[in-house]
Amino acid sequence: MNVHEFQAKQLFGQFGVPVPRGKEITSPEAGAAWAAELNTPVFVVKAQIHAGGRGKAGGVKITKDKAAVPGLVKELIGKTLITHQTGPKGREVRRLLVEEGAAIAKELYVSILVDRDSGWPVFIASTEGGMEIEVVAAHTPEKIIREAIDPAVGFQAYNGRNIAFALGLPAMEAAVVTPFIQMLGNLYRLFMDKNAAMVEINPLVVTSDKKLIALDGKVSFDDNALFRHADVQQMRDLHEEDPLEIEAGENNLNYIKLDGNIGCMVNGAGLAMATMDVIKLAGSEPANFLDVGGGATKETVAAGFRILLKDPNVKGIFINIFGGIVRCERIAQGVIDAAKEVKINVPLVVRLQGTNADEGRKLLAESSLKLEVANDLWEAAQKIVKLTGKAA
Amino acid sequence: MSILVNKNTRVVVQGITGKEGSFHATQCKAYGTQVVAGVTPGKAGQEVEGIPVFNTVRDAMKKAQCDTSLIFVPPPFCADAILEAADAGVKLIICITEGIPVNDMVKVKRALYGRDVRLVGPNCPGVITVDEAKIGIMPGFIHKKGIVGVVSRSGTLTYEAVHQLSTLGLGETTCVGIGGDPVNGTGFVDVLALFEKDPETQAIVMIGEIGGDAEEKAAEFIKKQVKKPVVSFIAGITAPPGRRMGHAGAIISGGKGTATEKMKSLEAAGVRVVKNPAEIGDAVKIALGR
Repeated sequence: MNVHEFQAKQLFGQFGVPVPRGKEITSPEAGAAWAAELNTPVFVVKAQIHAGGRGKAGGVKITKDKAAVPGLVKELIGKTLITHQTGPKGREVRRLLVEEGAAIAKELYVSILVDRDSGWPVFIASTEGGMEIEVVAAHTPEKIIREAIDPAVGFQAYNGRNIAFALGLPAMEAAVVTPFIQMLGNLYRLFMDKNAAMVEINPLVVTSDKKLIALDGKVSFDDNALFRHADVQQMRDLHEEDPLEIEAGENNLNYIKLDGNIGCMVNGAGLAMATMDVIKLAGSEPANFLDVGGGATKETVAAGFRILLKDPNVKGIFINIFGGIVRCERIAQGVIDAAKEVKINVPLVVRLQGTNADEGRKLLAESSLKLEVANDLWEAAQKIVKLTGKAA
Repeated sequence: MSILVNKNTRVVVQGITGKEGSFHATQCKAYGTQVVAGVTPGKAGQEVEGIPVFNTVRDAMKKAQCDTSLIFVPPPFCADAILEAADAGVKLIICITEGIPVNDMVKVKRALYGRDVRLVGPNCPGVITVDEAKIGIMPGFIHKKGIVGVVSRSGTLTYEAVHQLSTLGLGETTCVGIGGDPVNGTGFVDVLALFEKDPETQAIVMIGEIGGDAEEKAAEFIKKQVKKPVVSFIAGITAPPGRRMGHAGAIISGGKGTATEKMKSLEAAGVRVVKNPAEIGDAVKIALGR
């Protein structure tokens, strides 16, 4: 789960990571009141969407004039920002962060995540703050510093010294070394205590009066650990998520919308990905990823149909079930029952294999449903691609 | 021969009185696995299909001499269950549970480091040695005794591959699901090393997916240490970056972990990589010169 920058900064504040004074603003009036209270030489007005590249897309405004703040708020609220992370449709801005500006002397990069290979949390740091870290890693990998933290004992001061010296911080700004190391320890605590998946500060700035400030902040959380954190759950912003994906989640389905026109419904995540791949190999593009899970029932199949058919791009549906514990004749009955409830107006190919596949295929063949039945994965993929080719 | 588990393996099922635990313990036993004990705290004295239930893994070890644990404990309590098994002296822990917080697994992995215990999973279908022991949730009947070792990050996609191998008459030795989580126990390299040494296994199928660099590490290992033919499929060539494709570990982040990159590394290591998952079985046949 992702959260907004203003929420990430609230968490930073709670854990003793210094941030600019700022507030979430949703109206010009509130903007005016907060600007008066903030009373700072430079005001920064930042669009809050769950995507990077806001600055380049015109989502960040800076002014020295307190009176200009409400106008900037009015300009940004309701605006659609298109960045390299939002896709071509962009994202509507519904809330802003209005905060004090900083006199930047130096920009750094710091993040923390779990290294999958070792299973240890690792800090990534760089002197190239304010840039996209992937670009830095690709062009100047020597400027990326990694420091793994032993989860048995947690962050130690030497971890902090390793990072600080590797960054050249003592030579650059001796005054900030101690607070920097403390801040890293606080970030580690935030990461572990809140079950974050990633914490990133880019840039972490050293100001001209030698203070450290997290000028931007990004935190994402491990969905599997949200049950432990009611406060984090409350930060969820449904406006930032696809409505079909929200509906799928409510039905315990794992759905991700894509751009193609063949809707697919599969049991198991790996097989669902493989099914998408086979659709592409057969010459078309998948409209989605949809894993109905190991315990697929009539109800989940019906919910799956409803979600697939709400996507206007879907020109055909491919159901691929490998019955293990799930019995194919139950899935077949689920398809038949669901088809009575939901009007299916696109071609449908059902591939059943595994437990009781013969019985399942027989049920489908004997039903009055207009569908094609297949035994083999490749045969099924070619069938649906051919059928949708005609439909398009 | 086979790897990891066989007809002598003695299994304790943690979480045996739950819906999943009782169903699958029964299925495993019906396949012929020696399921000799179950654990659910506070339910000692009960039985599940004739399998005695104990309060702790320690009690189960004492009374039933288990060497392997199969875990169905719900995610919030699962790290605790894995550590309990390790502490009681279980040598092989197979964890089926999906949805364990990553940071819990970080701590578990660290705690197991350097100890004489192997963890398979979590979020995996388990391990099966055909006609000897099924320790997991895979459908037993699709397997056929044979010559191919299978290792995979996925569940149903593994069944797909196994089905092809069985239908073509090649059959399997042991199939190991290493799980779809970002932090897990046993990895591809561990299992590849075991298959390379197993005299019954003549070829290996490795099923990977997007995310992380386990497949790249496996490629390096295969290049240096594996003489047997390896066939591989990597799921997720059509997956968009930055989205978790069901499995917690299946995500392309920062441009890393794409299917194309993985396929390239594996091909460079001499692995026969198939782009179409329907061709896994045929590719093994060709690799074996049959």
